Amino acid sequence: MTTDGAGNTLAPLPASILTQGPHLIVSIHTALDDEQLVRLQRDLLDRVGSQRCRGILIDVAALDVLDSFAARTLGNLAYMARLRGARTVVVGIAPDVAMALVRLAVHMPLVQTALDLEEGLQWLSA
Amino acid sequence: MLETGSVEALQHYARDLSERIIPRGVETHEVVGIVLLLRDVLARSLFEKYREDFDLLNRVLDAYEPAANRIANTVAVSFVEQRERVIRDQQDALLELSTPVLQVRERLLILPIIGVLDTARALQLTEQLLHGIRAHRAKLVVIDITGVPNVDEAVANSLVDTVTASRLMGADVIITGLSSDIAQTLVTIGVDLSKMHTVGDLQGGIEEAERQLGFRVSKVPDDH
Repeated sequence: MTTDGAGNTLAPLPASILTQGPHLIVSIHTALDDEQLVRLQRDLLDRVGSQRCRGILIDVAALDVLDSFAARTLGNLAYMARLRGARTVVVGIAPDVAMALVRLAVHMPLVQTALDLEEGLQWLSA
Repeated sequence: MLETGSVEALQHYARDLSERIIPRGVETHEVVGIVLLLRDVLARSLFEKYREDFDLLNRVLDAYEPAANRIANTVAVSFVEQRERVIRDQQDALLELSTPVLQVRERLLILPIIGVLDTARALQLTEQLLHGIRAHRAKLVVIDITGVPNVDEAVANSLVDTVTASRLMGADVIITGLSSDIAQTLVTIGVDLSKMHTVGDLQGGIEEAERQLGFRVSKVPDDH
């Protein structure tokens, strides 16, 4: 159990964070609410510093919804991670999710996207 | 049929009639004309039959006229409905046929668009393309719009959306075949396509895509 600043226990995030060489592989299992997204963002940024990561890969293949807040959070994460020296790639966006993001006019200009895990890792290693 | 007075039976009959005569190329005005003619002939025969008793004739006509009009109405509406159904079926078939997503090289798709592009079709096309990208694990897509007669602002913007959505799925898009007319229109209406990768024709687009994917196509020298 993790705790927040005030010492309250927080439920574990429905996402796993694995270390693969200099990269962090984040796999999101179910849709995250806003609080969880912010927690994930902070967690990842801490790790970029403490583990000296060069890249973050976020796998959203399991999600069938990605709302504008989530998209913006991922965009901000990519920007902040870059400021700390890590590149970010989001992989596994489903066709319907891509359509929805475009129709909602959500832009993630700083986020690199790739088809799947394999492609994303290739881009990070390049 | 006048006696039974069943509207369902009449509608069924009219639909059946329409289904039989539409393939033979009968025009709407002919069908309506025949029904109206029948109505008038029947009315004449009623006048003939009840000419002696004016009150009775009046009562018969009171019953006859709404029924006859209803028949004419039902037949005409069924005829038009049947025709609309045929048109709808054809539109569906056309929509299915008109947007093939084809793989020409490993991880390279082409999407040749032929015919008028409206926002509904652009949306359907984007959906098909995105599923194609996932199914073929495409890295590059060449969209050829040589066969699109004109592009307005809405269509240009939906093309931009198509490109953006494809990028989200990790595939880059090259657009080819922008005619000089379309290029002029786009500049005139002020649609910004500068972020999109465009190449003159389909051949050039495929060559560019092959280069990006690391293919080299060379001609085999003739032996004889």
